[in-house]
Amino acid sequence: MSHSNVKHGILRYGWWTRTNHWLIAISFVLLALSGLALFYPTFYSLTGLFGGPEETRIFHPYLGVFMTLFFLIQAVRFFGDNLIRRHDVQWMKQMPDLLANRDERLPPVGKNNAGQKLVYWLFLATVPVLLVSGVIIWRPWFADGVPLWLHRTAAMVHAYAAFIAIITLVIHVYSAIWVKGSIRAMTQGRVSHAWARHHHGLWYDEIMRGKERGDDTALPSTGKHIETGKDR
Amino acid sequence: MRGDQINLQDIVARSASPTPSPHVRSGNIQQVAKLIDVSVCIGCKACQVACSEWNDLRDEVGHCHGVYDNPIDLSAESFEVMRFSEYVNEEGDLEWLIRKDNCMHCAEPGCLKACPAPGAIVQYANGIVDFNSEHCIGCGYCRAGCPFDIPRYSEKDNKAYKCTLCSDRVYHGLEPACVKSCPTSAIMFGTKEAMLDYGAKRVASLQERGYENAGIYDPAGVGGTHVVYVLQHADKPEIYSGLPKDPQISPVVEAWKGITKPLMSAVLGLSVLTGFFHYMIKGPKEEPEDDPDPEKAAADRELDRREGDRP
Repeated sequence: MSHSNVKHGILRYGWWTRTNHWLIAISFVLLALSGLALFYPTFYSLTGLFGGPEETRIFHPYLGVFMTLFFLIQAVRFFGDNLIRRHDVQWMKQMPDLLANRDERLPPVGKNNAGQKLVYWLFLATVPVLLVSGVIIWRPWFADGVPLWLHRTAAMVHAYAAFIAIITLVIHVYSAIWVKGSIRAMTQGRVSHAWARHHHGLWYDEIMRGKERGDDTALPSTGKHIETGKDR
Repeated sequence: MRGDQINLQDIVARSASPTPSPHVRSGNIQQVAKLIDVSVCIGCKACQVACSEWNDLRDEVGHCHGVYDNPIDLSAESFEVMRFSEYVNEEGDLEWLIRKDNCMHCAEPGCLKACPAPGAIVQYANGIVDFNSEHCIGCGYCRAGCPFDIPRYSEKDNKAYKCTLCSDRVYHGLEPACVKSCPTSAIMFGTKEAMLDYGAKRVASLQERGYENAGIYDPAGVGGTHVVYVLQHADKPEIYSGLPKDPQISPVVEAWKGITKPLMSAVLGLSVLTGFFHYMIKGPKEEPEDDPDPEKAAADRELDRREGDRP
């Protein structure tokens, strides 16, 4: 095997974190496809994926509410890991090193790097806006009851917020493809020690010192630090 | 009159269609218009009845709101309503201003601009803006786009409706049903040119009678309309139950449906391409090999070899 071992790796994303993430991810992709279909006529044929234009119009908002629900759970659970720290600023400044894969020059970061945190905050900024503006223009349930100026504004805001969210998604997905090992982390949960030390040095140190325990994977209602797997 | 041809080559604009609509024909089709002379209207509502009769619509009877307006507003089953307003003029006299409210058939229709469904809203060469309900997906964006607040959403089939200017009748050389029914010739129909000529005569006559601000309502902000009014007080259209003074497609709708949409679409595509080419040029961040601790690494490799921890 050329890649480093993960079977005894560190549990980065527990089963609920992964499930929660993929519920959102699948919903988000379907939302993006169905939303783009009505965003600009070039994408209109995407309505075919959802059984037709009117079906797309019906399906999209229900799925949006479903996604937002799980997104909010995830946002609360990920909140602490995404607070911006001082080393994140330095990491951000070294964007050219990052893009050129000169990783050894980057400062060590915690469980999430500044890019991941940025993605977190961009989604956290856009999803609630998409929910509120989407509900306002939701037919037949709400749109007839709102004044025209609000309907127009909500429709415009929904389009712009969706644009930012989809760009963020592209960045997120590309990063996952770019940084080998991260897709496996989110599908299977564990990362190798080498991967953790290389990409998230501060997080790795904390785990080694026993302060953190990888993912915890507490269910939304229970506390943190629940034993879920074979940590070393 | 050559304003009566509607076929697929006479559709000059379609909703959600960035490419041009057919326009090879030489433009011999004349633009039509309906002229509503408010000064002659007696508020009999024959036009409302004719409209629902011709279009086979039966709105709910509803109840009295204490005013003559009935129904109180447009609906998916009422393409037009008479709006009654009591106006006290400068001399202190009461004027009863009765305006037949329906789709204005704008030359630059906001509904058509806002609609995301290709071909659900079309504009014919003769100027009529029609909802092709077969393609309507029921999003209701047309209402957001309209500067006159005309389209209405049907709870029966979740589609939007509005006055068609009796495009079906006009196609067969007939005048719209409301025009046919009007007992005072307050509603006239013909080429837009003829209607503006006729309207100018009516305006001159009104001015002679003392309505010095009489005029034709054919608002330039939406490129002119194919329903025009003769108003006694053209300087104050808002007294006619809120007829907008300078209607135009809202700047919010422009920002929503204008050049930004194709630009954003292009940026989305470029962002994906950027990712691809970055990957191709700079390559991925390969996984660091092996465990930093040699002993653990050996144990891990052994574990990998024996297959792992899955059932």
